[in-house]
Amino acid sequence: MLDNRGLRGNRGKFERGQRVTVNMTKGQAISLQKNDGGTLTAVRMGLGWQAAPRRGLFGSRTREIDLDASAVLFADKQPVDVVFFRHLVSDDGSVRHTGDNLVGGVGQGGDDEAILVDLARVPVHIDQIVFTVNSFTGQTFQEVQNAFCRLVDETNGQELARYTLDGGGNYTAQIMAKVHRVGQGWNMTALGSAANGRTFQDLMPAILPVL
Amino acid sequence: MTAELVRGQNHPLPEVRLEVRVSAGKPIVAGATLSDEHGKVHGADWVAHPGAPTLPGLKVSRQAAADHRLAVDLDAIPQAVHRVSVLLALPSGVGGPVRFGTVAAPFLAVTGLDGTEVASYTITGLDSESAVVALELYRRQDAWKVRAVGQGYAGGLAELLTDQGLPEARQLAGSINEAVAQGLARSVAAPPPRTPDADRHRHAAAPAQGPDQTHGGTAPQGAPGNASPQQSPYGNSDPQGATSPYSAAAAQDPSSPYAAGPQGTRSDHGAGAQQGPAPTDPPAAATAGGGPINYTHPGRRTAAPPPTAPVAQPGQSAQPVAGDATGWSMEERLYNQVWGMFEDLARTTAAYRSAVDFADSRMEQELDTVLSDPRSRIGGQGDAARETARAKHTQLVDRAREAFDRDLTQLRAEADVVEPALPPAYARWDNPAWHAYRVPMEIPMALRLGDLHLPESENVRIPMLVRLPLERGLWIDSGYSESGHASLVDSGELRALALETAAALAARILAVHPPGEFSVHVIDPAGTGASALAPLVQTGVLAAPPAAGAAGVADVLARLTQRVDLVQMAVRGGAPDALPPGIDVSEQLLIVNDFPHGFDDRAVTQLRYLADEGPAVGVHLMMVADRQDAAAYGPLLDPLWRSLLRLTPVPDDHLADPWVGHAWTYEPALVPPGSQVLQHVLTQVATARRSWNR
Repeated sequence: MLDNRGLRGNRGKFERGQRVTVNMTKGQAISLQKNDGGTLTAVRMGLGWQAAPRRGLFGSRTREIDLDASAVLFADKQPVDVVFFRHLVSDDGSVRHTGDNLVGGVGQGGDDEAILVDLARVPVHIDQIVFTVNSFTGQTFQEVQNAFCRLVDETNGQELARYTLDGGGNYTAQIMAKVHRVGQGWNMTALGSAANGRTFQDLMPAILPVL
Repeated sequence: MTAELVRGQNHPLPEVRLEVRVSAGKPIVAGATLSDEHGKVHGADWVAHPGAPTLPGLKVSRQAAADHRLAVDLDAIPQAVHRVSVLLALPSGVGGPVRFGTVAAPFLAVTGLDGTEVASYTITGLDSESAVVALELYRRQDAWKVRAVGQGYAGGLAELLTDQGLPEARQLAGSINEAVAQGLARSVAAPPPRTPDADRHRHAAAPAQGPDQTHGGTAPQGAPGNASPQQSPYGNSDPQGATSPYSAAAAQDPSSPYAAGPQGTRSDHGAGAQQGPAPTDPPAAATAGGGPINYTHPGRRTAAPPPTAPVAQPGQSAQPVAGDATGWSMEERLYNQVWGMFEDLARTTAAYRSAVDFADSRMEQELDTVLSDPRSRIGGQGDAARETARAKHTQLVDRAREAFDRDLTQLRAEADVVEPALPPAYARWDNPAWHAYRVPMEIPMALRLGDLHLPESENVRIPMLVRLPLERGLWIDSGYSESGHASLVDSGELRALALETAAALAARILAVHPPGEFSVHVIDPAGTGASALAPLVQTGVLAAPPAAGAAGVADVLARLTQRVDLVQMAVRGGAPDALPPGIDVSEQLLIVNDFPHGFDDRAVTQLRYLADEGPAVGVHLMMVADRQDAAAYGPLLDPLWRSLLRLTPVPDDHLADPWVGHAWTYEPALVPPGSQVLQHVLTQVATARRSWNR
């Protein structure tokens, strides 16, 4: 009676991340503390998008799309450290960027850039970490194919939140989410607010109100 | 379109006839409760469960299973019902898992009748719960929506049903469990679960036995230290010269860290020591004519690097183990581990300093605010505010210090096991590895130049390891330095210390190279370095006596310059074999004392040429100099000084790490006062050199 294969099959498909299109309402805030009272210890922000189609006889006239993931570490609303493509590891070593991808991937759901946060190693004065996505080459998210941004609980690989960026709107940046201290542990709040800017510096005025 | 829901998220339902599929990996109970607009379940007949699987518009499975399909017809659900909660529970009293924390995260999908998924949800983060409200389907303005709930209950079904306002919750939970237990008794036992972990262990264990089999299985190879001199494939007259120095140490000194790991068990050190002699073993076995010939490549490791540190118990840090890093040899693993400790210390100190800076600036700001607030002048308000600011500061700094101290303790413990395990090239002079010194057969990958530490972490010393061959020349600064302890010593003493440092470093470089691979030349124009360089001169390890006077300087520089020119030409011409017979192609180190004494313009130009072009073709510089002495040359020599790695004879904080850029205090690797280890080592080097040259 029971179809043993069907659900597992679907699930496998999910884990490879194909054709998943949850559009969370922009600005929707979700508390993601675990319901057993435990807290997140490691989170990853993954960013993926499809490379621009080849243009010109030799593909040399392609308008490459470069999206960048960044994380800003705040202590009491003051930026203390930033992890982005020019500074891949925070000085304290708790936040690590896996490296800059300048052109995107196949658009099949894999992360093209990722930022890993080891929450247990974050210095005691850091109380918030804000994740952002910027279009370095200036294309708005309308022009980018199969772009998404997701937040993953790194300890078990579970996806906590996912945003579809493409077709989203006429803007070039998004403030994705923040993880912030709650008592002894951490919570994550998905923000998803739109902004414009080439790098995280341009976003600072937009980040401050969400702290 | 499928919506992958997260906890709390909702999604509209386009159809009224649906299936809810559940997949959990272990047999679980699936059911559903109906509740009114206040969320209250009115009675046992509002609950669909294995004992009563069918309600109007709702059907659930009759028994516990790993996979379920719940059929839902929203149109058929009574108007009074505003919410359908899908619940999952672990069967109780049947010997299965008792908490969701031990089973795979349950996965649910809401699908249409044709199987297309509308929404899905994986319930994560469950731990001690044994029942959970997974999803709810609810009315919202004449339409139905689904919401991911994931609310778990450690008290099981009884607690879950009580929470939904069911009066006879406990009795119903009992009858559900009974129905499930009966169902399970009838059903066929689930196949034993696959244990990927067990598989992995088996795979990991098999190759780990590789070294044992190669070394223990064939008798002649089992005794690395016993290769007799006649059978030595290298024909070395020194009986111990044929075996690797690391293995010799292990074989002779049972207290050596290579013989036993810190836990007293056979750990990676043992493995490392056994692999050390591998290159010499197969030929020895063959000439002995005893055991079978081993066709394995001597340099090839039969195993992946052995498993490293044991997994930490939850809540406490792992027991540190020497060699706990990646690498193909123990040497490389230790090198990587030392660099890992270096980075860890740099980063944890960065975290601590950043926290303290922040606490300072915040307190300053708060105190300023108090000062500028007119209200604070009345009564004790100002004092109280100041007190609060200070308390906040102390609290934050204390917490930062606590985290920092924890890291320091861990690094200190790691240093304590790593330091004794280091091979001579990485070890301090007081390490037993140097007392058990044997002339090596291979050039090590790196060399210890000294120790590094930060002011906050005086008791954690990081070995400063640089790769060999040296990429830059060395400059032992005998000049007066503004910072550090240099101001405490007078300039004559500083010069003597600089020479002593240079001699110790040169001796170390010589000792870690096989005989014939490295030569040291000394330029000491006025003979001021005679006493410090005496160990090198008297044991006869130098290529030639120290060159004195202008003529000596010119002669040595001319020969080295010629060597650089010829080797460069040969390499560029693609004919490195075509060098004339008189050329010494081994690596060369030129120690220059008292620069620029005895140097004319031509000699200075040659020296600069050697500094620029030498390292690429194996000619290295070690300047023992005070930059002020050469001030007359002006900026001409700036590139020379910049190209050299500056080291100081006394502790001085002038070296920056590559990650954060802290100023690290360097301390040279000096021979402990009164120790004869330098003479001991250099005598062996000299003996080996003489027999090699013969």
